[in-house]
Amino acid sequence: MSHLAPSFARQAVRIATRRYPSSAFARAAPGAAALRSHGYRSYVTETKPSNATVNVETAIKADQKAFLEETGKRPQDVSMPTTGMAADAMLSPSAGILKQATIMDEGSRPIYMDMQATTPMDPRVVDAMLPFMTGLYGNPHSRTHAYGWETERAIEQAREHIADLIGADPKEIIFTSGATESNNMSIKGVARFFKRSGKKNHIITSQTEHKCVLDSCRHLQDEGFQVTYLPVQSNGLIDMAQLEAAIRPETCIVSIMTVNNEIGVVQPIDEIGKLCRSKKIFFHTDAAQAVGKIPLDVNKSNIDLMSISGHKIYGPKGIGACYVRRRPRVRLDPLISGGGQERGLRSGTLAPHLAIGFGEAARICKEEMKYDTNHVTTLANRLLNGLLSLEHTTLNGDRERHYPGCVNVSFAYVEGESLLMALKDIALSSGSACTSASLEPSYVLRALGSSDESAHSSIRFGIGRFTTDAEIDYVLKAVRERVTFLRELSPLWELVQEGIDLNTIEWSQH
Amino acid sequence: MSLTQLGKGDMPYQVRSLYRNLLRNSRQFAAYNFREYAKRRTRDSFREHQNETEERRIQELMQKGLKELQMLKRQTVISQFYQLDKLVVEGGKTGEQKGNEGGIVRQKDTGWD
Repeated sequence: MSHLAPSFARQAVRIATRRYPSSAFARAAPGAAALRSHGYRSYVTETKPSNATVNVETAIKADQKAFLEETGKRPQDVSMPTTGMAADAMLSPSAGILKQATIMDEGSRPIYMDMQATTPMDPRVVDAMLPFMTGLYGNPHSRTHAYGWETERAIEQAREHIADLIGADPKEIIFTSGATESNNMSIKGVARFFKRSGKKNHIITSQTEHKCVLDSCRHLQDEGFQVTYLPVQSNGLIDMAQLEAAIRPETCIVSIMTVNNEIGVVQPIDEIGKLCRSKKIFFHTDAAQAVGKIPLDVNKSNIDLMSISGHKIYGPKGIGACYVRRRPRVRLDPLISGGGQERGLRSGTLAPHLAIGFGEAARICKEEMKYDTNHVTTLANRLLNGLLSLEHTTLNGDRERHYPGCVNVSFAYVEGESLLMALKDIALSSGSACTSASLEPSYVLRALGSSDESAHSSIRFGIGRFTTDAEIDYVLKAVRERVTFLRELSPLWELVQEGIDLNTIEWSQH
Repeated sequence: MSLTQLGKGDMPYQVRSLYRNLLRNSRQFAAYNFREYAKRRTRDSFREHQNETEERRIQELMQKGLKELQMLKRQTVISQFYQLDKLVVEGGKTGEQKGNEGGIVRQKDTGWD
């Protein structure tokens, strides 16, 4: 190769000299000299003719020298002058890219078993979102140019997918920032709207609701509303007779969650919906944990308002939706007012990539619901059977009316937090993520009537689409080993082994 | 028609080629959970539809599979850019790093190292 280039260059030079004989350049020189002799004054000195022509011999020699300097270099050691990337990236893109990636070996990252807190984003969702994070950046509310139109079309498609998943009309889906905002919007919106007319000022909810529902109700209490917090039975389900008794003529909204985030029980929303419809009360359900996991139909269940979250269905965080029924129309007082986007119920520019990712996640959930349910059920049964085969363990919540992906088990005579610390190689939680910072026992478990000790010692295992068999086996083995280890340390466990009932012991006071 | 007589243009050959391609690309995911899911999903969906006879339906499924393959190719490359530690279920727990390029992104108890 090295001898080829100089010979080529030499040949090119030979051709050039043949085409433009040196006399052609030489002829121009006398002209310039003539100008000078005529006495024109100029402040620019003329360049020497030799500088304007290429000295063939020196050029060839310089080229040869430069070429020889470049030989023997490996592509990965050379950076391209234009992009600054390594030359091997230009030869084969993947080779250059992979060199930048870190090589990992035998890591120690904990396995993820907290699917109720959040779920990993599905690669298919990421794939749908990426175009809208790079090239298609139009504001979906811009009606004057193509950038806006293409984004808007994609968002409307996403809305359709979400509506499809819950059997609604696309126009009834309002994008929000998440289920918390949807819950706030529904409860406060309906209550405040009714307060204006002045008649209805009563709200019914349950004790096991998510914190954001309970806190919204607490706020409304300060504004002069009356709130009934329905107790739940020991299996976590609400009692329909109690609900019916709690309904008053001035009740404006009932808010009961579909699937509980801590114990995974599925409330009888069909019956509640029917009851509320017959009494002409709006029914709101927080379905963040249920959408995409169990089949839902807002028309069949007579749901008027529903909160959906994007990141619980393998979508992006920071987006959610609120279903607001149009017929019979649900009137809301909007929390956020402004440009009138989303039917005026939630103003503010939408985040197109999030909404589109959410829509894609909903589409996948609908398509794969049967497959995922099978997978999750198989794994959950395996986990549950394994855990309950340990002695003194109980499942919290109803076994039948239960979403299988949420397994909440109490390990008696073990401190929940110490077990969580012992299970550092598994990402677990003892309750909802919002309350995981405090050491208080879970209020949901307390509402079921569990004792403080039992509420303290319970752990929630979340199983999802991406959980594998190997992970379940690992978890079972780890839990079995460490629960036994912790119990060996505990003096209480010794007493229990000796057959002493702990409730009969009179602890001395210090 | 026996297997040996099948040419490259035949549908069974194309289906098998797609299956192989999907599996090969699934293995490229750096993240353990996505890798296992992609392999399992590919296997199960081909098994689910192994008795399809209707030409049109097979064409539809093939188109769907090709789309998924393209997605897989893109996402596996992205996945390889952002590699994290391996999970504890993926073999040893030593946390050793092989090769001398780049540094391991490791999560400590206190957060990102």
